Amino acid sequence: MSSAPTPRPAQQSRPKYYDLSLAHLPPPGLVSIFHRVSGLLLFFPVLPLLLYAMYATLGSEAGYTRWHDFFTRPAVKLIALAFFWAYAHHFFAGIRYLLLDLHWGIAKAPARTSAVAVLVCGALATLLVGVRAW
Amino acid sequence: MVKAYTKMPVGAHYGTTGWLLQRLTAVIMAVYTLGMLVCLLWDAPATYTDWKALFAGPFVRVATMFFVMALLYHAWIGMRDIFMDYVKPTGIRLALQFAVVVALLFYLIWAAAILWAR
Repeated sequence: MSSAPTPRPAQQSRPKYYDLSLAHLPPPGLVSIFHRVSGLLLFFPVLPLLLYAMYATLGSEAGYTRWHDFFTRPAVKLIALAFFWAYAHHFFAGIRYLLLDLHWGIAKAPARTSAVAVLVCGALATLLVGVRAW
Repeated sequence: MVKAYTKMPVGAHYGTTGWLLQRLTAVIMAVYTLGMLVCLLWDAPATYTDWKALFAGPFVRVATMFFVMALLYHAWIGMRDIFMDYVKPTGIRLALQFAVVVALLFYLIWAAAILWAR
């Protein structure tokens, strides 16, 4: 009659999985981990950097010119491009997740296709901005 | 003797609100991103005056502030998820979450100050 749960046995040691290589992941797995990594990058350092850039460029003409000159350096362009990729990937992957939440393309085959599309779109957008910046 | 059955305190469902709001804020940010992209491609600001003029209108200011507020909530859920997954010691996790909240609130005030300066 009692509905009391049976006590759990003592915690046994469970196997741990420490393979951090991404090479074995299928496209949806890559999209997922890149979504997380890009999100973390966007929180830090992109968000404070972007706010600082807005603060400096909108604040005074001297600040605008300084940032303008700063962005002519190839190394700065390259880093900014990496941050742009984080935004682009997070954007495209996010749209894919929103559609998956609506059960749109939820089956294995279309989900895999859309994952490849997200990876390609992120890379393509970055390439486009890169070409425009140089 | 029947033992009193106490239910495990799980399933408060506050997570659902966060999950839903993370998606709503994502939609706000996606719309702003596309709008700003069109603005920047249509008439690219080439000088300080152009750049300043872009953020001078009340519509762009309010839209940007909406974007920032959506971003801050979205970032809070995202960072909380990352900490919950990887930072196991409760004290360190709470300290990190506290630091994120303080940083985000600071960013909110900073964004408003930048947009409505002078």
